[in-house]
Amino acid sequence: MIRLVAAQRLLVPAAMMCLAAASAVMAQTIDGRRSGFDFMSRDSQQLQRDDTANPGMLAVLDGEGLWNAKAGRANRSCADCHQDASTSMKGVAARYPAFSAALNRPIDLQGRINACRETQQQATPLPWESKELLALSAYVGNQSRGMPIAPPDDARLAPFRQRGEALYTRRVGQLNFSCANCHDDNAGGKLASAVIPQAHPTGYPIYRLEWQGIGSLQRRLRGCFIGVRAEPYAYGAQEYVELELFLMSRAKGMTIETPAVRP
Amino acid sequence: MSGFDLSFLSRRRALIAGAGALSTLIVRPARATTETMQAAIHAFSHGAPIRQGRLKLDIPPLVENGNSVPLVITVDSPMTEKDFVKAVAVFNERNPQPNIATFHLGPRSGRAFISTRIRLGDSQTIMAIAQLSDGTLWSGSAELIVTLPACVEN
Amino acid sequence: MARVLINVPPKAKRGEVIEIKTLISHPMETGYRPKGDGTFFPRDIIQTFVCTLDGEEIFRADLHPAIAANPFIAFTTVARESGLLVFSWTDDRGEVQTEQAKLVVE
Repeated sequence: MIRLVAAQRLLVPAAMMCLAAASAVMAQTIDGRRSGFDFMSRDSQQLQRDDTANPGMLAVLDGEGLWNAKAGRANRSCADCHQDASTSMKGVAARYPAFSAALNRPIDLQGRINACRETQQQATPLPWESKELLALSAYVGNQSRGMPIAPPDDARLAPFRQRGEALYTRRVGQLNFSCANCHDDNAGGKLASAVIPQAHPTGYPIYRLEWQGIGSLQRRLRGCFIGVRAEPYAYGAQEYVELELFLMSRAKGMTIETPAVRP
Repeated sequence: MSGFDLSFLSRRRALIAGAGALSTLIVRPARATTETMQAAIHAFSHGAPIRQGRLKLDIPPLVENGNSVPLVITVDSPMTEKDFVKAVAVFNERNPQPNIATFHLGPRSGRAFISTRIRLGDSQTIMAIAQLSDGTLWSGSAELIVTLPACVEN
Repeated sequence: MARVLINVPPKAKRGEVIEIKTLISHPMETGYRPKGDGTFFPRDIIQTFVCTLDGEEIFRADLHPAIAANPFIAFTTVARESGLLVFSWTDDRGEVQTEQAKLVVE
């Protein structure tokens, strides 16, 4: 009798999981990797899919304006060198972070945009998490929407990626959690009422309902550090680039969604 | 003060910082209650009777984040020159203020349809009232659960 | 200037009921969000949204702080004649943002 009740209890969640899996809209990779999109409610998925309602598209439009605006002492726009972003920037976000020979270290897309500003436009770099930097990265990222994440096959990146992986698996903070403790060991489970996603950075910068605005992967990673009661690294820290390098190689082949919506 | 205990805070603030801090806490209004929602509804209806029906609220029963909740309102109306929806007002009972929005339509609308996104600070009932061209008022309501995100920045 | 995204069907048949969608970047600061120092971010919201077609009002909304940041509003209208749609958003300070779109009726 007791056994029967237990079995029935097990059946119900199993049936619900099947339903949830069937309703997942984005293609699920055969190896079980899933975008955060798949863990969202249908309403949030709908918001991301509808370019006339997704507030992240406002940042993409802002970015388009900045792409064509002349800036700096060189009085040059991004478009003056790179022309039409829909061709020149297609696939770029899918292969960042990339190795910068000038700096002898990897840089993320935001770092690349600011490097261009300093060297080509001779303008002051845009502050981290500023509206302008987010807008430009959303615009450039959007040009790769629908493309598979394709980390560059560059041996110079390997040691940095390894450091990123080490940071991902290192326990930190007063709660003594690593990224992997939540996003590998307990992905798909729940933290309070929120589903824990697998931590694939497929849609940055994202429009997060919690932020009521658009934000970068660095902001999201800072949120995780704060969540486990660890001191977050400052914006622009090399640790974030290394973490992103590891996360992007872990998400290799998954689809770019920029600008994604997340709860 | 429903469900929001300011008393402990205000006592503590008063002890630490004196009456200045206390007064800043007191000027914050408490959440809208069923009574304040009723008062806001009365300001819209001017006391005229409100019948249930004809208005449908399409809102998810369970939302991931109260900062942006999709809401679609439709009213069963032919939307002709003689018979149309003039206005639709939306109310809530547990945000700091009971009003959400008032939409003004007319026969040119073709359909009585509005889609927007709203904020809800807590699980609650929301209510919408349609004022028709003949002066009658029709209401619809929906209950929903707002869950809190686990990972916030502060 | 706030960024605006307006979606009007490119062409409409005469008499067709069309849906118009609008999205504007605005924080819709409620006045209830704590700064962390005991004070609150001051209220800053869009109070009114109006859409006119060739000068005639076809839709209006009075908004309160319970409208989500970056307000999204969609509504319908009957496409009778081609004309100029004018959208305007007015905030707490009385500043008005105006945008236009063409309605093409065949």
